Amino acid sequence: MKKNNNNTVPGDAGPVATSGVRTEVTGAEALLKALVEEGVDTIFGYPGGAIMPVYDKLLDYSDSLRHILTRHEQGAAHAAQAYAMVTGRPGVCFATSGPGATNLVTGIANAFLDSVPVVFITAQVTSSLIGTDAFQETDILGISMPVTKWNAQVKNAAEIPEVIARAFYIARTGRPGPVLVDIAKDAQFESMTFRYSKCTYIRSYNPANPLIGRDIESAAVMINHAERPLILAGHGVIISGAVAELKALAEKGGIPVAVTLPGIPAFSHDHRLFAGMLGMHGNYAPNVLTNRADLIIAAGMRFDDRVTGNLKKYAPQARVIHIDIDRAEIDKNVRADIGINGDAREVLTAMLPHIREKKREEWIREFRILDRTENEKVIKPETEPGKGELKMGEVVKVISELAGRNTVVVTDVGQHQMAVARYYRFTDSNTLVTSGGMGTMGFGLPAAMGAATGTTDRPVIAFIGDGGFQMTVQELGTIMQYRIPVKIVLLNNSFLGMVRQWQEMFFNSRYASTEMVNPDFVTLASAYGIPARKINRREELKEATSEMLASEGPFILVAEVSRIANILPMVEPGASVSEVTLTYSSKS
Amino acid sequence: MKQEFTITLFSENHIGILSRITLILTRRQINIESITASESAVSGVHMLTMVVRTTPEMVQKISRQIEKVVDVLKVFVHTSSEIICQEMALYKVTTRGLMSGSMIGDIVRKYHATILEVTPEYMVVEKSGTRAEIKELLSLLEPCGVLQFVSSGRVAVTRQVKELNAYLREMDEAHRTRKEALEFYN
Ligand SMILES: Cc1ncc(C[n+]2csc(CCOP(=O)(O)OP(=O)(O)O)c2C)c(N)n1
Repeated sequence: MKKNNNNTVPGDAGPVATSGVRTEVTGAEALLKALVEEGVDTIFGYPGGAIMPVYDKLLDYSDSLRHILTRHEQGAAHAAQAYAMVTGRPGVCFATSGPGATNLVTGIANAFLDSVPVVFITAQVTSSLIGTDAFQETDILGISMPVTKWNAQVKNAAEIPEVIARAFYIARTGRPGPVLVDIAKDAQFESMTFRYSKCTYIRSYNPANPLIGRDIESAAVMINHAERPLILAGHGVIISGAVAELKALAEKGGIPVAVTLPGIPAFSHDHRLFAGMLGMHGNYAPNVLTNRADLIIAAGMRFDDRVTGNLKKYAPQARVIHIDIDRAEIDKNVRADIGINGDAREVLTAMLPHIREKKREEWIREFRILDRTENEKVIKPETEPGKGELKMGEVVKVISELAGRNTVVVTDVGQHQMAVARYYRFTDSNTLVTSGGMGTMGFGLPAAMGAATGTTDRPVIAFIGDGGFQMTVQELGTIMQYRIPVKIVLLNNSFLGMVRQWQEMFFNSRYASTEMVNPDFVTLASAYGIPARKINRREELKEATSEMLASEGPFILVAEVSRIANILPMVEPGASVSEVTLTYSSKS
Repeated sequence: MKQEFTITLFSENHIGILSRITLILTRRQINIESITASESAVSGVHMLTMVVRTTPEMVQKISRQIEKVVDVLKVFVHTSSEIICQEMALYKVTTRGLMSGSMIGDIVRKYHATILEVTPEYMVVEKSGTRAEIKELLSLLEPCGVLQFVSSGRVAVTRQVKELNAYLREMDEAHRTRKEALEFYN
């Protein structure tokens, strides 16, 4: 058989950190050994025929590798992603061939769009059967190709260490992302000599470009001359660990900082230079003032359409400095006057000495003025209504006030996600796990599980809608089995709220298939032995939150919130970011 | 304005690389006018030559996305003036049709074509040249009865002097110095 190039790496710098003596093992064991070498301690997964040799060997590795059996492969994928997000190390996820592998696809795509390193291991049918439509054979390499950073198939046990080493290296370096390794069943049984060296170089892959001093200096000159600069901080700032550098830059230059949804905790919401969230349901000031700014400094963000609104009317007065580790992002959606292709932390560090100290009080005042308008028209009525039905905003605000600063906040997708993004006060980096690029309903519950598994010293609170909760509700079984101490806040409006809002605003309130008849969630929780409490009055809110926070293990707080309510402000589809809708009166 | 670009890319010969690259183009609805896969002058390195019609902005975006693919070593985008390129065509023509005029001499002398096979029924003519030249010969042969016609994708070499090997050396070198720098600071 012709060897493929998984095996022979032309130009490879050679083994760098070879460890351990040669030992004769099966392919299945080689996989587990490789994971241990990569520092893996937790695997989320689900067994099946083709992956049984690996699961069998897992029993022998239970001291070093903890396996969490989820209730669906999608749950395992989301959990592994959240685990990676809170630990900063690649998540690992196992699934069997065929349906096991295809069940992962949503989770892989979600990790791909949010640049999270996850190593997916799928089993494949015996190599002689590959391509024959064998039982439980799917072409997972082909299926996952558009949503992985890299993928590979292994048919010989001997290839396993090197392919796994590459998988980890590719997943976590450069712009991180999911990778998938598909291992044929016979390769899991086959014996081989195990030796491991971590991958440190792949000739065809350039994770980070060296900085070009000239670009850094011209960017600094541009910043120093700008009167109304605005920093847009994205997930990349958190991934590269540039939170302190971002703060230093903002403070030295007196520059307001706006954030994207995944970039929310990149800048403390208590800071006087915090301008708020950008985009469709973002804050009023940063959206409107994007179009007043004379300079946009975008760091680790990619000008997603949910952020930019109508591109033709986006930031017309501004020159653009775009810092991103992925060169393909520069000039993709918004043309950069200076594109700096590099790691956000390296770039900001290099830039800082060239930045002149400035106050820019006039410019910052413009934000405060618009903030006051938003506060009066939207924020106050939503977070301190005082009367009427319970609102999502007030629930989020109370919990935010009572929870510790280091709490990991997880969300699902929909109105409640936007309520959290808008009304939860994030002060510490790396405290938000949400589905940004893909907007995957059903992400919240398994992600909360993954986050809580990855961090034992930080509380995890998940805000989930009644729709999304029921998409992956089976994971309550996993939470029960492993006593995972997640606090779940179920914001129940008995509607697919976000879609209902669009129906109200853009489809004449024709509520086609968005109303939900729900089970009694407290009874459901009790079937899983998970303590739960339902509230619908604001008088109970603080006390119920305290009960939840004080509880030892998992807890579900069901908040019955207003059925018909809208998330505002809103940059409507096709509108410019400066044409924000601040108020909208419900017709129903 | 749309124009013709030749994208030449070098990759490790990794299974699936072709799919990854065409996915990038099909998502953007860019038609591949021709594609040729071959070995390159560097052993183990694969070369793909694609011809696309699109705008200069778009070709820059897609070439960056292609270069991002882990197993892709280097992507070059060229306009027609920056490359020397050829395509090759085979024409299977009825012998009766071809013999009826004084065409054979013309074909060989004027079009620099070669006759590969002659049978009582058909003759096979081969020609390399530009797309336009190949088309011209096709229309000339058409009245004689063309039984089959096939043409290859474009193959191209660049006018620039720096060769792939030099880039590969640079990449290895950059890695080495970066590693040394890291070791120095650690
Ligand atoms: C898997 C999936 N299917 C459909 C959608 C479209 N969608 C976006 S938000 C939403 C409604 C979410 O309803 P719910 O979970 O109750 O949360 P709410 O908006 O009411 O807070 C839907 C259906 C989606 N984002 N993901």
